[in-house]
Amino acid sequence: MKFTEEHEWLEVEGDLVVVGITEHASEQLGDIVFVEVPEAGTTVTKGDEVVVIESVKAASDILAPLDGEIVEVNDALEETPGLVNEDPTGKGWFFKMKVEDLSALDDFMDEAEYKDFIG
Amino acid sequence: MADLKRTVFFDLHNELGAKMVPFAGWEMPVQYGLGVMKEHLHTRAGAGLFDVSHMGQVILRPRSGALADAALALESLVPVSVLGLKEGRQRYAMFTNEAGGILDDLMVANRGDHLFLVVNAARKEADIAHLRAHLSESCEIEVIEDRALIALQGPKAEAALARLNPYAAGMRFMDSANLGFFGEECWVSRSGYTGEDGYEISVPAAVAVDLARALLEMDEVEAIGLGARDSLRLEAGLCLYGHDIDETTSPVEAALDWAIQKVRRRGGAREGGFPGAARILGELENGTTRRRVGILPEGRAPMRAGTALFAVAEGGDSIGAVTSGAYGPSIERPMAMGYVAIDHAAGGGPIFGEVRGRRLPATVSPLPFRAPNYKR
Repeated sequence: MKFTEEHEWLEVEGDLVVVGITEHASEQLGDIVFVEVPEAGTTVTKGDEVVVIESVKAASDILAPLDGEIVEVNDALEETPGLVNEDPTGKGWFFKMKVEDLSALDDFMDEAEYKDFIG
Repeated sequence: MADLKRTVFFDLHNELGAKMVPFAGWEMPVQYGLGVMKEHLHTRAGAGLFDVSHMGQVILRPRSGALADAALALESLVPVSVLGLKEGRQRYAMFTNEAGGILDDLMVANRGDHLFLVVNAARKEADIAHLRAHLSESCEIEVIEDRALIALQGPKAEAALARLNPYAAGMRFMDSANLGFFGEECWVSRSGYTGEDGYEISVPAAVAVDLARALLEMDEVEAIGLGARDSLRLEAGLCLYGHDIDETTSPVEAALDWAIQKVRRRGGAREGGFPGAARILGELENGTTRRRVGILPEGRAPMRAGTALFAVAEGGDSIGAVTSGAYGPSIERPMAMGYVAIDHAAGGGPIFGEVRGRRLPATVSPLPFRAPNYKR
């Protein structure tokens, strides 16, 4: 699993990259009450706002970590946004995307580096 | 957070794992370990203990010795009947300005030989200056600095507090009484700001932590932060000063008509005589052009404060704006309050809130969103 400075986790699954937010991020956000995921088939550029999360405190955006195409989204979050708090790195995933070159993931932090990053 | 004031419970908050934030010049707990959602739900199911010591506590003592003189003096600043408030009772009031706007909202209790006021933290200094400027001739104005203020709220609040003093159980909603805890006289009212039964307790600082700890040791009591206090009051349809009411909103626009007793209205024995009376009494008879309403978004996306409201899904001018918006943990959906043009205040058709550039449907809803559990 790889990590971004925006507190997303990325995991390779076949030729796709699964994206969610880290446990640290979900704790910081507090209880999540609304998640809006993009439509499958959306082409995104790194840095695009692709997911909106509303917690009991505020709204935040999740950015596309890489260029690519969103091919699958976690529809369960529409009805049960709390999955992001309960299981951020499992059932709380946001979307799966197809990227041109999986080796782009090498640029992101590994778990040890991410732990240092969040202190 | 060097310049922030701390309540007597500061160390206890930290011990309980609170996340502290700046609020109205104070360093206050926004949430504890449970988190906002569980704290909210716990308050609705059990009992929640809130530190509200940042709020201002003020005593008005009539120089004449006759409480009626203090009551009449205060009536010159608020549109409510203070003279009609019986000994041992409390009611909601608001300071108005000459333009008919609201300077602050407050609680007033008749405590026999004096009136006891609880005002908002952010408005405390301004309120005290206002009271001193207008009431000094008739009243001694005493600002209480050596007492903490806690609220114990929820369906199990009575059982919890009565364990420490059985007289708590005999109080009714909006009663105000002296109860002893830890050998000290506490000023207790059966009230709060969550829509739940419960108490607010003005407790001498010396025993405040002892009282809080004794309550927190009980199975049904949890410490609750300001985050849940906000979602609880919003579900209960209660205004937050600075958001839902301010110097530009009149009590009638704010749908606080119920707080203005007949005796202060046109034709009443003590009609008017408060700042902004001409506008406010006129609005009571003739209505207003906008009104505070409840708003229920149809989808799951919350409509936060500042969300512009529209009558139609595309085009058209804004008909108002959201002043408070959040997720309601007990009603399990997003909720909001705001002002809409009077034609839309009665509900009926859908309205739309513009969230991230898209107009999402919502309905105007009666307040509160959740019926209160007061013990009347």
